[in-house]
Amino acid sequence: MENIVFDRIKKELAQDDVVLFMKGTPVFPQCGFSAAVAQIMGVLGVSYHSIDILQDADIRQGIKDFTNWPTIPQLYVKQEFVGGCDIIREMYEAGELQQLFENNGIAYNKAA
Amino acid sequence: MAVDLETLEDLLKTNLPGASIRIDDVRGDGEHYAAHISYSEFAGKSRVQQHQMVYSALGNKMGGELHALQIHTSIPK
Repeated sequence: MENIVFDRIKKELAQDDVVLFMKGTPVFPQCGFSAAVAQIMGVLGVSYHSIDILQDADIRQGIKDFTNWPTIPQLYVKQEFVGGCDIIREMYEAGELQQLFENNGIAYNKAA
Repeated sequence: MAVDLETLEDLLKTNLPGASIRIDDVRGDGEHYAAHISYSEFAGKSRVQQHQMVYSALGNKMGGELHALQIHTSIPK
């Protein structure tokens, strides 16, 4: 069971360099923490694949086990877990998120 | 379901011994907390690992009865 869900998660992660597991969608986030990360991504103009975990109970639990991380949102770059809302916010404010995108050849709005 | 601030503080103090911990009830509703944790054991760990240590200190509460906890970790100077 777990392996099937993990395989599905890996397939989602392979869909784009930047992948966000969130509650709701970037346009209609269903949680303040998910909204905050989607907003940062919007400001940076990064294109990413998002998965609404509220639509899928298996993924909702599976992603927490996959990362050993109990909360949503979860941001991945090149299939590696970067962090949840607090970490993304801290990294963004410190310019580290922009550096991470730079290092991974991911286009973002450098003026942001 | 909510977790009161004292329970939260006790859990963190017990499981992160010696850490300096400050918890704010950001909305005063017993549901939305912000924890500022300065802990020598965070040294050499990534932010993700530091937060995982905090989550692990909270047992299975995070993501369950505890929904909204902002975590700010630092290493004492």
